[in-house]
Amino acid sequence: MNTRSTSERARPARWWYVLLLVPFIAILWVPFYAAWEPAAYGVPYFYWYQFLWILLSAVLTAIVYFATREPEGAETNAEALSQEDLP
Amino acid sequence: MNIDWVALTVFIILFVLVTVLGFLAARWRRGDLDLLHEWGLAGRRFGTLITWFLLGGDLYTAYTFVAVPAVVFGTGANGFFAVPYTIIVYPFVFLVMPRLWSVARRHGYITAADFVRGRYESRGLALAVAFTGILATMPYIALQLVGIQVVLAAMGIEGSGLAADAPLVIAFVILAAYTYFSGLRAPAMIALVKDVIIYITIFVAIIYIPIKLGGFGNIFAAADAGLKAKNVAAGALLAPAQFPAYATLAFGSALALFMYPHSITGVLSSNSRHAIKRNAALLPAYSFLLGLIALLGFMGIAANVQPRAPYGAQWIVPGLFLQMFPSWFAGFAFAAIAIGALVPASIMSIAAANLFTRNFWRDWVNPSITDREESNIAKLTSLLVKFGALIFIIFLPTQYAINLQLLGGVWIIQTLPAIVVGLYTRWLHRWALLVGWAVGMIVGTAMAVSQNFSSVYPLNLFGSVIPGYAALYAVIVNMVLSVVLTWVFNAASAPAGADETAELDYTAVAA
Repeated sequence: MNTRSTSERARPARWWYVLLLVPFIAILWVPFYAAWEPAAYGVPYFYWYQFLWILLSAVLTAIVYFATREPEGAETNAEALSQEDLP
Repeated sequence: MNIDWVALTVFIILFVLVTVLGFLAARWRRGDLDLLHEWGLAGRRFGTLITWFLLGGDLYTAYTFVAVPAVVFGTGANGFFAVPYTIIVYPFVFLVMPRLWSVARRHGYITAADFVRGRYESRGLALAVAFTGILATMPYIALQLVGIQVVLAAMGIEGSGLAADAPLVIAFVILAAYTYFSGLRAPAMIALVKDVIIYITIFVAIIYIPIKLGGFGNIFAAADAGLKAKNVAAGALLAPAQFPAYATLAFGSALALFMYPHSITGVLSSNSRHAIKRNAALLPAYSFLLGLIALLGFMGIAANVQPRAPYGAQWIVPGLFLQMFPSWFAGFAFAAIAIGALVPASIMSIAAANLFTRNFWRDWVNPSITDREESNIAKLTSLLVKFGALIFIIFLPTQYAINLQLLGGVWIIQTLPAIVVGLYTRWLHRWALLVGWAVGMIVGTAMAVSQNFSSVYPLNLFGSVIPGYAALYAVIVNMVLSVVLTWVFNAASAPAGADETAELDYTAVAA
């Protein structure tokens, strides 16, 4: 087997985790979004900005998940998802 | 009493359905329910999807669905902090909780206090963590009952006396019974049904109600005007003076959420670290739902729904549904809220029972307890905890439970240094953590009580006043003390205790 590829997989790139800090900055600095305009479909900026960040932070978390995924034994994720949840 | 029979019939049908499911759950992925990790963690067998339903039903409680719109109705944008709070909690969960899962799996830990005991060789620190967990959970269970009470009232079952209290008591006896028999499997199975009902309810509400009220533009304009008329100066927005409170409430609540025993029980019942990580990306779907639910508060203003004694603004959501929906769909929505109360109440009582059994009974009363006795004590404790909550709600003013639940957030965050810092480093001294915890508890409680049970404390710092979440201020005091006293205790060569965990335990994929 190729030793180089296994050692690379065993040590996932840590800097991906920096992405997880982005939602904290975007959300905890309230002046970024405490405004009425630009409103979208009647929804003030303050509200749709936060709804948008629910989505963006989920996407960022998913990116970090896939980028730093640890080996999970023999089964693939698709198998794990479909098998483990059958009652 | 003026009972809405159509709504009540739909309600009862759904309630009976989940009751049957609750009892059938004992046979689901069958395990020996005489073992605590089978009863109290469902054998750590839940995959990504079940964990998603379980944690979703566990964290986004019925009380949340009633209380968040109530705060938005009363104070506007301020109440929306629940949304940023549930945004930033998941990156945190993604990083921290897989470590807890791995070490717990390796060493058979069932509670966070089990971990603290093993990490620091300290029964005392573990007891402090367990005590805090139970203390913070009890009023939370009681508040779930408030959610049920309000929707029962909306269907005409209210007032005082036996006839008014009976349905609440019956609902709780049923809940107690299937929790006793099925353990964590019951709320997990019920969560599947409940979440489907709640998603349907909210999506119908968020499409149908704005159409009737003339669109979101009208709703926000009416809310803005209505709030300004009520002397909320910023209307539907935040005033700059409110920014620090909004941000610290979001941040502090996010740090506190996964210290709650019911959250940790949900995490530890999953079958892999991957299930937890995937859920950190999938659970925000519930945050989206919560955001929509928060907006019901503004729709309440736009539809001119009036608060009603003794429920106050908590009447807004049921009142809005009654005004907007036909009876049968209102009954459907009310069932969603009531069943939504049963899931977290069940998990919370299981989590409290696990703590009591493991970190009080086994550690301090009877160390030679058998597995079977351990599980029996937990089952009995889950009953006691629930009946305590029931008595609390029936005989004492609701405001007591609300105040205590607010303090619960301030309390539970004080376990963060021992648990979360402990997941990364053993550097902090166990005695320093214990003193930090005690001082944090006292300081945080004093701050909240001094503001007449408001969670926002105006901190006077170098001449300027910064209003912020008392829990966050108190846990900073706790953390600083823990660090400083660690130096002191180390310098004094105080015994640090042994660590039964190893570095690799925290990243282990399997036991």
